[in-house]
Amino acid sequence: MEFRVKARLADEQGVNRTITRLAHEIIENCKGTENVGIIGIRTRGDYLAKRLAHKIEEIENVKLPVGVLDVVMYRDDFRMKTKLPRVEVTDIPFDVDGKILILVDDVIYTGRTIRAALDALMDFGRPAAIQLAVLVDRGHRELPIKPDYVGKNIPTSIGEEVRVMIKEIDGRDEILLVEEQK
Amino acid sequence: MNLSIRHLLGLEGVPRDDISTILDTAFSFREVLERPIKRVPTLQGKTIVNLFFENSTRTRISFELAEKRLSADTVNFSSSGSSLAKGESLKDTVRNLYAMKTDAVVMRHGVPGSAKLLTQFIDAVVINAGDGTHEHPTQALLDIMSLQEKFGSLDGLNIAIIGDIRHSRVALSNIYGLLTMGANVALCGPPTFMPVGIESLGVKVIYDLDEALAFADAINILRIQRERQGKGMIPSLREYRAVFGITRERLDKLHKTITILHPGPINRGVEIDSDVADSEHSLILHQVLNGVAVRMAVLFLLLGGK
Repeated sequence: MEFRVKARLADEQGVNRTITRLAHEIIENCKGTENVGIIGIRTRGDYLAKRLAHKIEEIENVKLPVGVLDVVMYRDDFRMKTKLPRVEVTDIPFDVDGKILILVDDVIYTGRTIRAALDALMDFGRPAAIQLAVLVDRGHRELPIKPDYVGKNIPTSIGEEVRVMIKEIDGRDEILLVEEQK
Repeated sequence: MNLSIRHLLGLEGVPRDDISTILDTAFSFREVLERPIKRVPTLQGKTIVNLFFENSTRTRISFELAEKRLSADTVNFSSSGSSLAKGESLKDTVRNLYAMKTDAVVMRHGVPGSAKLLTQFIDAVVINAGDGTHEHPTQALLDIMSLQEKFGSLDGLNIAIIGDIRHSRVALSNIYGLLTMGANVALCGPPTFMPVGIESLGVKVIYDLDEALAFADAINILRIQRERQGKGMIPSLREYRAVFGITRERLDKLHKTITILHPGPINRGVEIDSDVADSEHSLILHQVLNGVAVRMAVLFLLLGGK
């Protein structure tokens, strides 16, 4: 499938500003950082989670625990596909019991990834609360899931896709709106 | 991420990419075993039959745990107390089990090639859990996983397999898998335990244990099957120990450390001494842990998709 770039939604500075705002919102909403842990969903949410934690550390001078979650084992769609997704390591190096967990992903779309992530987190213990932070909400939810912190709301059509590029994987920070080329 | 194989009958001919995919996936699944709730819903709704026509503790429990950790439904079958005792053939038994809508069969059977035969009778995924003296692929995969974890890569690594090569399905699967992953393989044991012409697979045969130990970065020690004693294969267990037993004194004479693997069950004081089996260089219990992870990976990769 070929894709054509329709719009550049954010550059490096834009991504950085959005993360800064999300960090402030999380601190404000959680009334500080006590008992807060951050969990990123592979493969881009985990880097965003680290950046959020870093930003919160800059603001509050507190190091928050960060974990990485791979949700492939919990997905409901791999049985429908002929190609299996890659299963990567989950690493949550702290006790989630009683914590306020901030789940971080790059783009929220149908909500099925988040559903899988919620199921996965419940197998690690009983957090006090789970909140959801996303860089981009592109709409088209298929499940009753709503993020608590949204970087950008970008209404899209089904044929479009939001691509979040991040330095650690893609060599640059950028958010693109692309369209499938017919 | 898909494997090129549809069944896991052996490691002969399985490409390196497939083995790497299985190992990578196994490392990811191993983390599940450390969780408070050691179960993921990945294979929900899949039914797996464990058909064991031969005794097994480790392999059978390991497969069953792997299946349960992935939320598959499992049925266990052992030949005693079954219709086989009433004269039903293997073919009829498995066709009946398949008619009950099962997705995969894990089988251990005394006859070499039985797992392959099974694929002609049924359309389910077949995983070989040991077919006679032929292959035991998941055991070799967990050995390779343990070695990869310890050494990073198997390329150029020197591995010696020591003991009863001729009656060992573990040895044959290891030979295929280790060579595919780039290791150099030497076999060591009494000539009565060495299959004729085995060098043609691309392995070295060394009859002197000290020479084999000098060659090896890691050794895989096979169990001396006590039931073979008294059949003219070895003079006695004591003599076997004296010539081929891995003892502390023998290892201390080398100016290097050797990593120890053993597929179990161990005969302490015969092929391996207790303090070697329990030493810090032994991966034996680690192999058992990796065994569950490797089997989860194989089940997921063969059963997960459409």
